Amino acid sequence: MSPNPSPTLPVAAPFEAREPKPVPPRPAIDVRGVWMSFTGAQAEPVHVLERIDLSVAPGEFVCIVGPSGCGKSTLLNIIAGFLRASQGQVTIEGQPLAGPDPSRVFVFQENGVFPWLTVRQNVEFGLSRTPRAERAKVVAHYLDMVGLVGFEDAYPRQLSGGMRQRVEIARALAANPHIIYMDEPFGALDFITRLKMRADLTGIWQRERKTILFVTHDIEEAVQLADRVLIMSRRPATIQEEVRIDLPRPRDLDSPGYLRARDRIFHSMGMSLRVGESAVER
Amino acid sequence: MTAAASRTHRVLAPISLAGVLLLLWHLTVRLSGSDLLPTPIDVAKGIGELARHGLLAKYIVASLFRVTWGFGLAVLVGVPLGLMLGWFRPVFSAVNPLIQILRPISPIAWIPLAILWFGVTDAAPIFLIFLASVFPITVSACAAVANIQPVYIRAARNFGLSRPQLFRRVIIPATLPQIITGLRIALGIAWLVVVAAEMIAVNSGLGYLIIDARNAGKRYDLVVAGMVLIGLIGLCLDLLVRRLERFDEVRWGYATT
Repeated sequence: MSPNPSPTLPVAAPFEAREPKPVPPRPAIDVRGVWMSFTGAQAEPVHVLERIDLSVAPGEFVCIVGPSGCGKSTLLNIIAGFLRASQGQVTIEGQPLAGPDPSRVFVFQENGVFPWLTVRQNVEFGLSRTPRAERAKVVAHYLDMVGLVGFEDAYPRQLSGGMRQRVEIARALAANPHIIYMDEPFGALDFITRLKMRADLTGIWQRERKTILFVTHDIEEAVQLADRVLIMSRRPATIQEEVRIDLPRPRDLDSPGYLRARDRIFHSMGMSLRVGESAVER
Repeated sequence: MTAAASRTHRVLAPISLAGVLLLLWHLTVRLSGSDLLPTPIDVAKGIGELARHGLLAKYIVASLFRVTWGFGLAVLVGVPLGLMLGWFRPVFSAVNPLIQILRPISPIAWIPLAILWFGVTDAAPIFLIFLASVFPITVSACAAVANIQPVYIRAARNFGLSRPQLFRRVIIPATLPQIITGLRIALGIAWLVVVAAEMIAVNSGLGYLIIDARNAGKRYDLVVAGMVLIGLIGLCLDLLVRRLERFDEVRWGYATT
């Protein structure tokens, strides 16, 4: 079992003391008391998630960060309806979760773009019930948004990793979901591409105002993107702290506010910002 | 090296090697004075003789006809069966042991039963070719389903695809590259088996040519002519199936060439 101490939850104080946002009457995502256990190799129960509570408001951009292997991806898969929690309740827009649905699209870490379809065919994958003329318009709109005009008839194998991830984002947006789940979508990209993709995603979110729940192990990424960062502990994981990022966008990565938020999350995760000494304090 | 130069090499190198080997073959037989092997020139003359008597086309067509039917039926049965076995785990558990028992039985072992059931007709070799190719096709289609990246299935479920849509829009395209590889292997086996079947079960085709040339007059030039034709047609069949791998819809499934 994990050497995790008894989960004493620090009080979730907002990062910068400001007026709390007015709580909307119905959260987009509401998770209450979710537990997840698997059966291990020796038939012993392995607890992955422990008493997860979280809530995401409509139009909010929330990042979940945590150490690798802590179960944040498992949590996102539960919320998306791909996995069933051992215990607890997930409510989406007031309805108990019944499974995956086109109104909530998942963007996968390992890239779920279909390699046998062209860029255009991929983006219109979720639009089979849309009339042809409108479909073409929607596809053109989102390909323009992710900067892939001119690549409509290319196959994914002819594109770079960053371009493929853009195709997947365009495919998700074209289906016109209310909520987008993103599971380390930029994890496989190089540093420069990742920065660019974050800027693009922020722009898209500002225009479309979708609710986004975004899982990452990259603290900087979370602070650059999110309205609110939820920090998960090691296994069995729970939400150990919540940090509100009240910084205007586009975000200045040198601003004191940005650095303070980042350092606070580093600290909360038990990391030192100095390279060379023991990285883990606990 | 430019593309044109590399293409020239791809064609020129094997042709030059074949020329050298043919020359070596010819000189060895001539200089040793042996009658254990005809010279390449004898073989070429033998093929000419077959062509003049109208047997060349007739035998090739007969063999290809049987392969087309046997292999075609195997595709029609094997691909859907394999996809079903890969998708429905309980069906797999039930059917797989049976397949694994039938699979190692050489199609040649079925020849007595094939003749008993179908007589000396085209149906006997077609049945044998079907048996020989249906298992590799089934097994590769089944494995292809098991190897589908889960992310594709999840993405499809996310977009609310029904079961039939999931099969048509995701399962089949996702498995196609591996199915084509299975077809290639199966067609190679089918071509091996048609020759064996024709030696025993019928009286036409390239397999029959070989056994008949030996039995009727010890015409080893024709025996080797039959072998050469089998090899050349086998090469053409393989190149034909490889063509399928070039389509854009499946090219992602193969290592880039």
